[in-house]
Amino acid sequence: MAARTPLAYEAILAELDHCLEVEFTFLHSESLAASIAGLPADAQHFLLDWTRRAAATSTNLAFEFAQRALTILGKIELEVIASWCLHAMDNYDRSGLHAAMLVIRDLDGFLVQGHQRATGSLFESSVSVLNHFVQGLDGRQLKVERDETAWTNGEVLYLPGIMAHFDNPEDNFQLYKAHVAQLWAQTRCGTLNIELAPRFAALPDPAHAQALFHRLEVLRLNAFIAHELPGLYRTMHHLSKTLGDAPLPAEWHEAEQALGTPGVGVEATLDWMVRLYDAPLPAPLCYQGKLRPEATWAARQERLARDRDWLRQMLRVLADEILGEPESPRETLPAFELKEREEASGEELLPFEITLQDAPVPVPEAVRGRLTSVILDLGEIPPEYLVPAGDSEYDPDLFKKKENDGQDVWSGTYHEEGAFFYNEWDHARQAYKKDWCVLREIEVEPADTNFHHATLEKYTGYVRSLRRTFEILRGQDRLLKRQRHGDDIDIDALVEAWGDIHQGLEMSDRVFTRQHREERNIAVMFMVDMSGSTRGWINEAEREALILLAESLETLGDRYAVYGFSGWTRKRCDAYRIKDFDELWNDTVIGRVCNIRPKDYTRMGAPIRHLVRKLGEVEARAKLLVTLSDGKPDDYDLEYRGKYGIEDTRQALFEARSEGVHTYCITIDREGPDYLPRMYGAANYTVLDDIAQLPLKVSDIYRRITS
Amino acid sequence: MSKQARVLRPEAHYITEEPYYEPVDGEITVFETAWRHGLPVLLKGPTGCGKTRFMEHMAWRLERPLITVSCHDDLTASDLVGRFLVRSGETVWVDGPLAAAVRSGAICYLDEVVEARKDTTVVIHPLADDRRELPMEKLGELLQAPSEFCLAMSYNPGYQSVLKELKQSTRQRFVALEFDYPSAELEARIIERESGVDRGLADRLVKFAHMTRNLKGQGLDEGASTRLLVHAAKLIAGGVEPVVACRAAVSQALTDEPDMLVAVNELSSSLF
Ligand SMILES: Nc1ncnc2c1ncn2[C@@H]1O[C@H](COP(=O)(O)OP(=O)(O)OP(=O)(O)O)[C@@H](O)[C@H]1O
Ligand SMILES: [Mg+2]
Repeated sequence: MAARTPLAYEAILAELDHCLEVEFTFLHSESLAASIAGLPADAQHFLLDWTRRAAATSTNLAFEFAQRALTILGKIELEVIASWCLHAMDNYDRSGLHAAMLVIRDLDGFLVQGHQRATGSLFESSVSVLNHFVQGLDGRQLKVERDETAWTNGEVLYLPGIMAHFDNPEDNFQLYKAHVAQLWAQTRCGTLNIELAPRFAALPDPAHAQALFHRLEVLRLNAFIAHELPGLYRTMHHLSKTLGDAPLPAEWHEAEQALGTPGVGVEATLDWMVRLYDAPLPAPLCYQGKLRPEATWAARQERLARDRDWLRQMLRVLADEILGEPESPRETLPAFELKEREEASGEELLPFEITLQDAPVPVPEAVRGRLTSVILDLGEIPPEYLVPAGDSEYDPDLFKKKENDGQDVWSGTYHEEGAFFYNEWDHARQAYKKDWCVLREIEVEPADTNFHHATLEKYTGYVRSLRRTFEILRGQDRLLKRQRHGDDIDIDALVEAWGDIHQGLEMSDRVFTRQHREERNIAVMFMVDMSGSTRGWINEAEREALILLAESLETLGDRYAVYGFSGWTRKRCDAYRIKDFDELWNDTVIGRVCNIRPKDYTRMGAPIRHLVRKLGEVEARAKLLVTLSDGKPDDYDLEYRGKYGIEDTRQALFEARSEGVHTYCITIDREGPDYLPRMYGAANYTVLDDIAQLPLKVSDIYRRITS
Repeated sequence: MSKQARVLRPEAHYITEEPYYEPVDGEITVFETAWRHGLPVLLKGPTGCGKTRFMEHMAWRLERPLITVSCHDDLTASDLVGRFLVRSGETVWVDGPLAAAVRSGAICYLDEVVEARKDTTVVIHPLADDRRELPMEKLGELLQAPSEFCLAMSYNPGYQSVLKELKQSTRQRFVALEFDYPSAELEARIIERESGVDRGLADRLVKFAHMTRNLKGQGLDEGASTRLLVHAAKLIAGGVEPVVACRAAVSQALTDEPDMLVAVNELSSSLF
């Protein structure tokens, strides 16, 4: 190839002005052009070429890129510069100009990452394992999330996006795990239970004090880890040695001894912080992470208030269950008490049983979890946490103001044709209000099916594995012939045997037929929350979930229907028809799923009764009602909020069961566990913390409850 | 080990050596009393928590033969009661295990009874109330159970399948005993006894079990049962590295999901 000729300043300027559209953008291209003019021909062409490409995405981005690239040409390989530019453009497409500019400005970061991506352990690919890992450990239910550095506020363990201290992914993963162990130990050993910031501030150099405290606290935590998880501690030690962490100065040895004694608390670390204030401070260990005393303390205070309210509400439910429903409102209830369990070992976090009026009470898992959380924060459970909530506290939502009353607006609908009337359960009265709710069936207009395609694409791999799983479940229904025993006589075989006898031969005893594996014969109704609170990604997740579910059910052959529900007071309960039992999963139905939109409120009783009635009209061996909702029942009129709504829903579900319909609830409400056991019975629901899981989980749950 | 299997007739087989069983909470007394009063017993609890072992122990204690039927969805009423078979051209009646147990005054233990079809389960109804009789329709006979006869069945309510709930009319005939994993202390003692590993190791195994039980509902359907711990302990006692033993006997038994497998293995290697 012929050597290219270098371009002159004017030509470069013209080219830049053209691609950067300086006429409109007013970017200052002159000095850039002058610098480029001084480059060798190849470099000129390379730079102009990539500037042009970047300019097609954004002129600002291109300008920034060209300026930066000038400073590194000749120092960094051209391929790397090109991929850096591409990476910036990718970021522009995904997250906009700001994100793209960050990539350009942080060239060093890009270079480091390029190397790291090859050998490091990435947060995204480790988070699932780490999450399981941390949930297996004792203590509070912790979550793992991503942040700039490793730290914890006591409920979330934050980890950096990449671990790349080692040149192989395995060790880097172990380093993640070591961080997790340190942070977990902080939540277990009371590191976060003291307001640390003022203690650091009391010393001349608070930053030094914090660093010193942290390094000392690691000694105490490591002793705990070594005792609880010796295998993991060995790994941590190995990592630290390999990475050349500094050994402890001689002055520290006594502290190491002292803080390693079992049962020593965080105050001891603070004492040593003062004693060693002037001693040399070794560098932080590779898995130490950071401390954020203020954020952590704030999170703890908030958590305690939350746990206390939650516990008191939940204990109220338990108390009502044990003492019976009150006739009149109850403001003060007897407090629960803690009693040391006899057989409890010293290591247990919760060595108590809970009693009410001296009788032991079975403790639901969720309550146990919260109690553990309080123990971890406070070291004990103060008595005020064990007082059931009084009536006025029972549901804070109950007393929220509402501007006007919806009833008048809909007065006309009462006599509308095609309306269904349903009773509603009034728990205070302990009786039904007759024909109290008016329900209409509304058909959802089909939209185009783009959302369907997008969803299938988004979950390609998953859909494939779903189909496989469900195919296995489907099984086959076969009539086995010539069996030794069975439900019916196999005439062919019998005739043959008869013949044999008359021939003087020994007759075969295989003369029965037997039905192998019953037909599934299940009819399932999905009741989908279309209340206003699902607006946004809950709604999207619901639609995705329905699409994936339908794909599974089509494989399985179970009969299914899908209805949405929402409403606005008792006079307008709506059931939105999306798919009926006898409708096929065709473009119209798919279009309706794509067009599920959030509407109004969540009055659940009437739609449940309506859908149970629909289920009553189909023949099936097993009937199932699965609700998908984002929260507790709630309506525009004050009355349906809180307890009334929960009790009516519970009653409706109870009616369903007595009609032979099994019920199951999938909810995305974090507060779910406090009212769901009451509504659905302890075993019949699942709570999803994370909306993103919904599409993945629904089919899974369905498989579990029907196999 | 002898090379040949021994052939036993269940209805005539008495357990002569005391099966090792650690009582957890008065279940022995309840069972014994129920038996004296002719009441059937339902054992509820997760897999591998000692139900079968408890039945063996009770059979020994009450000096009755134990006939166990593992229920499955192909199990028919005739599988339990009996049927005519054609043998050498003649029909002969053969008792099913339930009828055999009634005749010999044995303990009949229906394992995982929800797995059986509902129409199968109802044949035990007349036997499970105060009539205590087994109608044998095909034979045109009615078997009246002797006072020694005992009906027991097991049921794991943890599986969430709505199709496998026990009918009220069935469960309300039984005295229910709830089984759960034993306390840490007791569980370690069981492991020690069953496998011969030392107490320290047994404690670690129990700790590992608790870790997996923390994961129940968070990705695992069940945590590690006492049975799995005993398995792991036996491997360890036989010279297998603890981490390897846990992987083979516990992790692999709990899940096939790759991330969960890694996590569970990481948990066990953290402990040993
Ligand atoms: N209380 C106990 N005393 C002695 N051994 C026990 C006890 N509990 C559990 N085990 C041990 O656990 C093992 C499994 O118990 P077992 O076979 O009785 O479980 P199971 O409850 O019948 O389970 P499944 O429901 O799966 O049949 C026993 O072989 C025994 O080693
Ligand atoms: Mg068993």
